[in-house]
Amino acid sequence: MKKVLIIGGTSAIAQAVAAQLAQSGAALYLLGRSGPKLEVVAADLKTRFGAQVGIGAIPFDDFAAHGPAIEQAVAALGGLDMAILCHGSLGDQKDCERDFKLAEAEFRTNCLGAMSFLSLLANRFEPQRAGQIIAISSVAGDRGRQSNYIYGAAKAGLSAYLQGLRNRLYPQGVKVLTVKPGFVDTPMTAHLKKGLLMASPQRVARDILRAAERDGCVLYTPWFWRWIMLIIRLIPEKIFRRLKL
Amino acid sequence: MKPSLQPVASWGRHLPTRSWLQPVYWSCDPLTAPVDGQTMLAYGMGRSYGDCCLNEDGTLLVTTGMNHVLAFDAEAGVIRCEAGATLDDILKCIVPRGWFLPVTPGTKYVTVGGAVANDVHGKNHHGAGTFGRHVRRFELLRSDGRRLLCSPQENPEWFAGTIGGIGLTGLITWVEFSLRKIGSAMIEMETVKFKNLDEFFQIAAESDQDFEHTVAWVDCLASGDALGRGLFMRGNHAASGRLTVHGPPKLGVPFDCPALALNTLSIKIFNALYHGRIRQRITRSVVHYEPFFYPLDGINHWNRIYGRRGFFQYQFVVPYSAEAGACREIFGRIARSGQASFLGVVKTLGNLESPGMMSFPRPGVTLALDFPNRGARTLELFDELDRVVLAAGGRFYPAKDARMSPECYRKSCPEWQAFRKFIDPAFSSRFWRRVTQGSQ
Repeated sequence: MKKVLIIGGTSAIAQAVAAQLAQSGAALYLLGRSGPKLEVVAADLKTRFGAQVGIGAIPFDDFAAHGPAIEQAVAALGGLDMAILCHGSLGDQKDCERDFKLAEAEFRTNCLGAMSFLSLLANRFEPQRAGQIIAISSVAGDRGRQSNYIYGAAKAGLSAYLQGLRNRLYPQGVKVLTVKPGFVDTPMTAHLKKGLLMASPQRVARDILRAAERDGCVLYTPWFWRWIMLIIRLIPEKIFRRLKL
Repeated sequence: MKPSLQPVASWGRHLPTRSWLQPVYWSCDPLTAPVDGQTMLAYGMGRSYGDCCLNEDGTLLVTTGMNHVLAFDAEAGVIRCEAGATLDDILKCIVPRGWFLPVTPGTKYVTVGGAVANDVHGKNHHGAGTFGRHVRRFELLRSDGRRLLCSPQENPEWFAGTIGGIGLTGLITWVEFSLRKIGSAMIEMETVKFKNLDEFFQIAAESDQDFEHTVAWVDCLASGDALGRGLFMRGNHAASGRLTVHGPPKLGVPFDCPALALNTLSIKIFNALYHGRIRQRITRSVVHYEPFFYPLDGINHWNRIYGRRGFFQYQFVVPYSAEAGACREIFGRIARSGQASFLGVVKTLGNLESPGMMSFPRPGVTLALDFPNRGARTLELFDELDRVVLAAGGRFYPAKDARMSPECYRKSCPEWQAFRKFIDPAFSSRFWRRVTQGSQ
């Protein structure tokens, strides 16, 4: 039975991934910020799939709590084969521009907090010489745009960190998958119009687990974002600075 | 997360409105205040045909993300889920373990919250009553932050007000209801051809005893001796067999059909073929529950076949009478009007009372008829039909209505006065404003 830790276990993508893992018989441990919400998600997974699910609630911004929380998860699962980082927040870009405190908080959640978890997980998997780390970054990290460069910069930092981590852990046989979703129909994007580009969390979850199985490095999901972002990255900065993106 | 102003239409697609969409994801979250001090209303799958799920210029609490299953006792057959879970979600969970919905409407793409708020009924109404009869308890979240646990024992008046209360009493966060045990996912069904209304009533009377599920399709264009001809479908759950869950929809209507696609001639041909394809008087078959209960769920967006202008559904119940005068008159008027109705569904409703004070079903016979939207002509026909239904002491189904007058509503649903005290001051709907104030 695969033992999987999901960090940010109440996020929509996390719930979809958890449902698919539960169906394949994995044992799960969900780490999140809200106890009542974790209980709801765990009840759902147990009821619908008969899954084995443990939960732990901690304040994510308190990095000192990360280590003990992971220890507790590993103890509850009796080991660890896979860790999936799904937590994140999408603050309002304009508010973050006005008040750096908000921008800093975004960075603590999306970048530093993720790195804190990742460093702990890397150090656990490294001596084990096995394991898989999956982290949700974003297409927003591929190029800074005026409409959400605070979020984008935090995700860019995370993406670069994951590149390095993948490189570091490769000799030990520990796999690292960077996931770059486009628009996903989740609470984070509830204020956006549901266009053709909007993907369901279930679709994204399926892509993630497939990429994990074939040991992918960087997953764009849905697939067309790889090509959209390629074009966006290729636009020269002199032109890009004039665009309203 | 901030709500956004977006266009919203209900299933009939002829009422384009705009509302602030505020998704709710967790039954444990507090309610947010509606935008601009306006009102709010829960919105699930939007399968109500008219405006009881709309709140023009107000806020809609979109509940489809609040869809967790919270508990399932597979021994006792009791399930508890968040109100945004759909019947589709529930079936996937319960069928493999030998249970079925206690009552189901003609589509599984409705939320459990919507099923309670509209107190839906199905083909087994004569033996099982409405969905509300099988609800054990639910939680009602009021805009003042109170959470009322409602059951026949606890807060019974709120239990009665909310079942069939068309979403006006607050937000239903979760629901616990009883299931029906099944030995197989299959239905042993019979299709009986009937030549006219008299035969329908005769077959219905014979069938209600021996068949758990009964419904009839009626050709609304046939007149004279053939007035009310159709096919009677009746079935029981097969005692043993496989417990296979239904699959996803196989077909879809990708765009609006041209307005001319459905005209009197094309519907006449369809109806004649549909009625004529059955040769014997009684045909027996064993079918999966999906085509039996949800024939239209196999086609995504089937409402688009009525074109850009959308369509109406007209559903009422009239008390049973031996001569069935009201039904006869209504069929006659529809046939004469030449306003084709593709699907006419007829069912006798039993006398099992719902706990809901505003619940639609009453003992008698109910007719549900689809009409393409042809503007004033269609509305005039409905006004005519309203008078016949009112004269016969009938009622109308809010989940289907988009146009009845305040007078018509007040006469047919006198409970509305007593119900008003249960309405949450921050909740309202386009339907409610229309039928109580004449405004929208």
